[in-house]
Amino acid sequence: MIDALNQLFSYQFMQNAFLAGTTAAVLAGIVGYFVVLRGEAFAGHTLAIVGFPGAAGAILFGLPQLLGLAVLCTASGLGIGVLGRGAVRDRRAESAAIGTIQAFLLALGFLFVSLYKGLLEGVNSILFGTFLGITREQALLLLVIAVVSLAALMVIGRPLLYVSVDEPAAAAAGVPVRALSIGFLVLLGLAIASTALITGALLVFALLVMPAAAANQLVVRPGPAMVVSVALALATVWTGLTISYFTDLPIGFLVTVIGFVIYVTARLVRRLGRA
Amino acid sequence: MDVLNGMFAHEFMRNALLASTGIALAAGLAGYFLVLRGQVFAADALSHVAFTGGVAALAFGVNELLGLIVATVLAAVILNSLAVSSRAGDVEIGVLFALILGLGVLFISIYVSGHSTSNSQGGVGVLFGSVFGISSGQARTAVLVSIGAVTCLLVIARPLLYASVDAAAAAAQGIRVGVLGGAFLVVVAVVASEAVQVTGALLILGLMATPAAVARNLTTRPYVGMALSAGIALVATWSGLTLSYVAPTLPPSFAMMAVLFGLYLLATGTVTIVRTSTRTRVKPSPVIGE
Repeated sequence: MIDALNQLFSYQFMQNAFLAGTTAAVLAGIVGYFVVLRGEAFAGHTLAIVGFPGAAGAILFGLPQLLGLAVLCTASGLGIGVLGRGAVRDRRAESAAIGTIQAFLLALGFLFVSLYKGLLEGVNSILFGTFLGITREQALLLLVIAVVSLAALMVIGRPLLYVSVDEPAAAAAGVPVRALSIGFLVLLGLAIASTALITGALLVFALLVMPAAAANQLVVRPGPAMVVSVALALATVWTGLTISYFTDLPIGFLVTVIGFVIYVTARLVRRLGRA
Repeated sequence: MDVLNGMFAHEFMRNALLASTGIALAAGLAGYFLVLRGQVFAADALSHVAFTGGVAALAFGVNELLGLIVATVLAAVILNSLAVSSRAGDVEIGVLFALILGLGVLFISIYVSGHSTSNSQGGVGVLFGSVFGISSGQARTAVLVSIGAVTCLLVIARPLLYASVDAAAAAAQGIRVGVLGGAFLVVVAVVASEAVQVTGALLILGLMATPAAVARNLTTRPYVGMALSAGIALVATWSGLTLSYVAPTLPPSFAMMAVLFGLYLLATGTVTIVRTSTRTRVKPSPVIGE
């Protein structure tokens, strides 16, 4: 057992994968808690899809994948925040608009991928995650992004929590609701870019939403709930990476299944606790 | 003109045009109701399921269309009963779809490892379509299925419109709203399964939601809107195929989405300019579902 673990960490690419996975899990666990609290899961999904053309475009133009992800995800977080939800007339028109933009962006990503000959197999890794290709530079860049985002979140954490729980009261107390919401969407963009590097653009829910939703079932107070959320996200990534290393099962599949099991277990525990 | 003649000389091109004609009409028509009923994201969900169904069929060597139809129709029935019996929040739905996609990833890896490297593009075809690879048999099936779907939609169009606009009044008139909604989702599921060949699972939403969004911008009359929506989907697929034929670097499904997106921008822009003077600002409503 110990030998196996030693072997696991003797490879540079596994060290990078664990470093990047740990960083992404901490960031996703905390940001994800706010996502669940604010009911913005689908803003998260949309931002993640934007990540696909971002990552594919970056590779096409020879830039780091994480950079493309981060730039596009934060830019569209800013876009969604500034344009706001009232920009479109009604909800039906809005969902049609989101569907339209989503399909176009996915198609754009596919164009980039097919322009970059030989990346066609890379489609799967951008969409569904990989841990083999993570370089030391990427892992360190991820660390920097995470530290900056978490520092920013610490600054706006308290008022953001207030706004998320009771927006009218926060607005009445003079908290800048709109600025906070926009700021949060930008942070969400960064968290999604980081997560997408491990889970792929289509499976960010595995780290961003599943652990946080599970934590939300188990713990009521925000501080401890964030700690639990991070712990569950870490457990998901570490178990996923380890199993993937020994079995060759794809990481995207493993993290979603582990995340799902954790979420369902948390719901069951809560139900049993109530009864 | 010569280019177009050359285009029709290829059998793969004729198959592609034939299949996409049927699918575009069915998808445009179904999309109109999806947008009207606020079910765009149910379609998104079905397309995710279509991806997993498609790669599962590849992985286990089952007929792809069969795998797709079984998976999506099953999902449509489940979705419908979920929507009727409980109000599942976006976290629950999101978690479920992430899991379904995750399973799809597993099937891709089974498929890839079972077929050496030469076939590893199969998964990509399911995701983004393989319209130039459609055989004449598949094209015929697509046309037949589309005719069936369009007929079903036209038959239920009137009560469905009523139920979509005012469910309570329709129910009071004796229309079985739940059954009707379920039947509609099943038709959407079948159309989505067929559309995987043309646009790929990830881009079905574009073929369904965008034409409807454009049509709703141009007219408020439902039957005109339906016809427009189907027509726009048709124009977009044809011009997408032609574009991709003329400029082979553009993948066909991208070309279709680009045309659709262009039409959408054009329609939205025009309408915004026309309405700017009269428009009053509406209070933003909270978003439920994606």
